[in-house]
Amino acid sequence: MEALLSNVDWPEIGIASWDTLVMVGLSLLFSVLAGLPIGVLLFLTGKRQLLEQPVAYAVLSFVVNVLRSVPFIILLIVMIPFTVMLIGTSLGVAGAIPPLVAGGAPFFARLVETSLREVDRGIIEATQAMGASVRQIIFGALLPEALPGIIAGITVTAITLVSYAAMSGVIGGGGLGDLAIRFGYQRFQTDVMVITVALLVIFVQILQMIGDRLVLYYSRK
Amino acid sequence: MIVFDQVQKSYQVGGRAIPALHPTDMTIETGEVFGIVGHSGAGKSTLVRLINLLEPATGGNILIDNENITRYNAAELRAFRRKVGMIFQHFNLLSSKTVADNIAFPMKLAGIYSKAKIRDRVQELLARVSLMDQADKYPSQLSGGQKQRVGIARALACRPTILLCDEATSALDPQTTQSVLRLLAEINKELGLTIVLITHEMDVVRRVCDRVAVMDGGRVVEMGAVSDVFLHPKHPTTRDFVFESESIDSQEHQEDLQKSNGRILRLTFKGESTYKPLLGSVARASGVDFSILSGRIDHIKDTPYGQLTLSLVGGDLDVAMSALEAADVHVEVVR
Repeated sequence: MEALLSNVDWPEIGIASWDTLVMVGLSLLFSVLAGLPIGVLLFLTGKRQLLEQPVAYAVLSFVVNVLRSVPFIILLIVMIPFTVMLIGTSLGVAGAIPPLVAGGAPFFARLVETSLREVDRGIIEATQAMGASVRQIIFGALLPEALPGIIAGITVTAITLVSYAAMSGVIGGGGLGDLAIRFGYQRFQTDVMVITVALLVIFVQILQMIGDRLVLYYSRK
Repeated sequence: MIVFDQVQKSYQVGGRAIPALHPTDMTIETGEVFGIVGHSGAGKSTLVRLINLLEPATGGNILIDNENITRYNAAELRAFRRKVGMIFQHFNLLSSKTVADNIAFPMKLAGIYSKAKIRDRVQELLARVSLMDQADKYPSQLSGGQKQRVGIARALACRPTILLCDEATSALDPQTTQSVLRLLAEINKELGLTIVLITHEMDVVRRVCDRVAVMDGGRVVEMGAVSDVFLHPKHPTTRDFVFESESIDSQEHQEDLQKSNGRILRLTFKGESTYKPLLGSVARASGVDFSILSGRIDHIKDTPYGQLTLSLVGGDLDVAMSALEAADVHVEVVR
């Protein structure tokens, strides 16, 4: 066992795991905070919706599509000057978060839009008929009804962010991905590679499990 | 009182205006149960949604208790909608809320009721629709009839003066339909609520409505007291609906009539005359022989009625007809 994993520096792995956790956690938080309102706006301004606004929808949709169509590895690099301006560095855990949010938020926004569209139009109509304002319809009916879908969206976004966070190792982002690239790839330490990948797999499994449970808990259908 | 004054609605489809409701005049009295029947696409759904402006009118005025609701601004419209309850074919309950929370929802939206007040009112409404023991269940755990009862309780929460029913029984089985209709009739009587209901089943109209409008192709083609419209339909669409509800195939019916000899009369009894043993005595007095081609005895709301199609041979037809008319029977010569 010792010989098999001779290159593995366990304290280093511990630190890297924690960094990954922090990167995913913080970028997920900001992605949800930014993506949720964008998703709601996308839904509301869409065709035949409450605040139908073809121009606003087109602009918003275009921005989201642009961010989503740039491969994340490119987004990481393109974002560097902006990240430096925002945080002071493009390296380490902190430097990875802006590009992660830039990648995660539009992704999550689309998922929110989709799950809001799944809400039965009849429920919106009934709420309108009760004399609800648009704000009341959003917070009283739309979001509670779409909650299971939104939670599923958060899970998918979190998992996407795990893989994005690993990728950020390429530009010195820190975390398990950084370890895998520096040791597993550049120094041919296969054992480090195996361990980091195994940890990432476990991490994703746990996220999916928690997500599934929450979705089940909040589904009343 | 709900007054439609040249109200119309059209949709813009590809730059063209497609009319959904042609200019319509109509008055619905306070406290009555007003039915609107029509096939799907006849415009009844649009008509009922004009009453709470879920569909904005593209022309004309809608006056409710002498207020022109088409002139309301957004805030006035929201306040007005609280006074108009609505129930739906697919119930449209919030799946994420319990039965009690669904019923409380309109009161919470109104923002003018205290927590204690809402709680009491929810209990009261649960009792009214006989769902006391289902308060903490979610809609998915209820049957269709129970869901519609929750819908009714929710619609009544803010003490509306008008209740709109959009195909409220169309997704229910016949027995459940009966009980929901009974509940609606009860509410109408006890609360003095005006009920406007749309349906494609003439039977629903027959059971609960006072007056009815028949719609076809975005127009009201016939309107009047249910007993008049039901027993003496004038427009072909109305006739189809009445036949449909009596499970009469109109073509077969015509063939049946052709096969019989003699004079064919349709007799309509209403109220007390329904139960009188009239035919025998008329036959004896006039010497006519009759055979019954079709017949039925039923109720329109609370009034019993009977309708018989007879073929008469021999005897003195005029004596028979005047005897029938003297006994308060409406006589219509079919052939």
